[in-house]
Amino acid sequence: MKVRAIECPNCGGSVELRGYSHSLSAVCIQCLTVIDTSHPQLTILKQLQDANRVRPLLPLGSRGRFGGKLFEIIGMQERQIMVDGTTYSWQEYLLFNPYAGFRYLSVYRGHWNFIEPAKGLPETTTRLGKPALKYQGETYRHFQTAEAETSFAMGEFPWKLEVGQKVTVKDYIAPPKLLSEEITADEVTYSVGTYQTGEEIAKAFALTTPLPPATGVFANQQAPAANLGSAWSTFVLLLLGLFVLSIILKVISRNEVVFDQRLHYSSADKESAKVTDIFELKGRTSNVEIESETDLSNDWMYLDMSLINTETGQAWDFGREVSYYSGTDSDGRWTEGNPKDSVNIPSVPSGKYYLRIDPDMSDDAGLHSASYTIKVTRDVPKFWLLWLAVPLLMLPALWRTIKRGTFETQRWAESDYATSSSSSDDDDD
Amino acid sequence: MNPLAGSDRFRGNCPNCGAPIQFTFLQAVQTVCKFCQSVLVRQGVDLQLVGKVADPLIDASPIQLGTEGQYGGQAFQVVGRIVYEYSGGRWNEWYLAFSNGTFGWLSDAQLEYAISFPVQSTAPAQATRGVQVALGKELFTVTTFTRARYIGVEGDMPFTTWDKTESNFLDLRSANQRFATVDYSEQPPLVFTGNLVDYDELKLRNVKQFEGWQ
Repeated sequence: MKVRAIECPNCGGSVELRGYSHSLSAVCIQCLTVIDTSHPQLTILKQLQDANRVRPLLPLGSRGRFGGKLFEIIGMQERQIMVDGTTYSWQEYLLFNPYAGFRYLSVYRGHWNFIEPAKGLPETTTRLGKPALKYQGETYRHFQTAEAETSFAMGEFPWKLEVGQKVTVKDYIAPPKLLSEEITADEVTYSVGTYQTGEEIAKAFALTTPLPPATGVFANQQAPAANLGSAWSTFVLLLLGLFVLSIILKVISRNEVVFDQRLHYSSADKESAKVTDIFELKGRTSNVEIESETDLSNDWMYLDMSLINTETGQAWDFGREVSYYSGTDSDGRWTEGNPKDSVNIPSVPSGKYYLRIDPDMSDDAGLHSASYTIKVTRDVPKFWLLWLAVPLLMLPALWRTIKRGTFETQRWAESDYATSSSSSDDDDD
Repeated sequence: MNPLAGSDRFRGNCPNCGAPIQFTFLQAVQTVCKFCQSVLVRQGVDLQLVGKVADPLIDASPIQLGTEGQYGGQAFQVVGRIVYEYSGGRWNEWYLAFSNGTFGWLSDAQLEYAISFPVQSTAPAQATRGVQVALGKELFTVTTFTRARYIGVEGDMPFTTWDKTESNFLDLRSANQRFATVDYSEQPPLVFTGNLVDYDELKLRNVKQFEGWQ
């Protein structure tokens, strides 16, 4: 089959029909007459205004590849909608392959969509209290309803081109997909668009010059950090890793009690300092935890301690104040302090050690005394160090989530659901 | 049994031009003479001339009589065609003979393709857009009501079309790409259900060639 040409009934110019007999109307590029090509006796449908003439970004006759299939641009429409008194216009290209049929390309401010007719019938539903459509397992949220009309056209179309006639277009989004519902008096048609960047379109048509860059955020543009889910699942994986690490830490730590003894102190004691038996700290250089558990009640005790290596004489000095008070007042029972205390000394080499303990208690209001247990544990696993990493690990996912939120705000600012302030801001640019 | 392979298919000569006529499948009752475009109907052992295809069906469908393809794991061959015209243009209904002996229709409306098969089902007398209708065991939603004219016919038909001029059609769809159509040209109306398909799915061979496209 060959491409046929018709003669414009207005100016006699030659009009090629690249869409063969599928084309039901065509625009004569010389005199801008819309011709009804559905019958051999060509009739004039409409005259387009030269003042509305637009230059297509992609010339008619260009061929591009989508999904491995070659399509030719055989028509272009400039369509427009009016929102709050402002006119927004975009270009819509008709793509044709004599076997696979018709597809569309739309472009608005550098944002492209490759559009195919929907095969199934979307079902109405709601999402977050707003209208939505369910189509092939995905939920498309309602974005905008507008009255669209064609203001200019070039090339040919498999329908009778109606210029200046309004159709209701409802857009629903599930980025990068866009589901459009076009409602005319006769029928409701659905089409599914997939967001394309200017680079992707330029590549599809093997253009040598780049297409105009995109400005703003488009309805079904995918957010830059699109895969929030993966950022968070990475975080969960890292958490799991931390968990494994803490198990390893638990396993490799000796966590060995090397000394555990109950001692007594009274303020009456003349020589208060005590020296414990010698205990052995084994293994690699690691921490030592010294816990003291007292029977203090409404009293305090000060433990001046030294961990001393019997061989080298190296000493770690530390003082701990332990206090515990309780009582009852108008608010009920109260407590303050803790009868228990714990201290961790890092990086203690192995060897034989003893503790020197010098307790002290208040010497006013009579005799003070306390029993206390000193427990020494070698190489205690320190899990909190690991968990300190959690907020750091969360940072990338958190950052992406915030960025995504900003992007979504920009996206929805162009919709019917914009908050009044942001929508008026965006309308001006 | 392959309906195209039988040796007992009807043979005869065109009563108008004498050209040899052989029906492509056993159940065919109407054919069009390839030489003089006469519409012929089988009457017992005779062929009766009932009319002539006025408009040579020049159109841009890639499908033609003899096109072969596959659907649902079965090979098919295009054996007949009806062309309809409605307010939005024309569409083709291609009659398919499958290798397992069944028959179906491949509809091609400006290169949007659907395959359907006859089902035993009651059809609504009429329905408006958006109304849900049960056909067979499935639920469909009415999408369009179409009044169409018979523009032409080609090849072999399981029923006669020459005596029909206009008919009403109801198109229905479902969420999962299922498609249905009700043809009110018969009483009771004929119900067909099937799927909307992509051109590539059908693995068509022996299709029309388009200059500049391969």
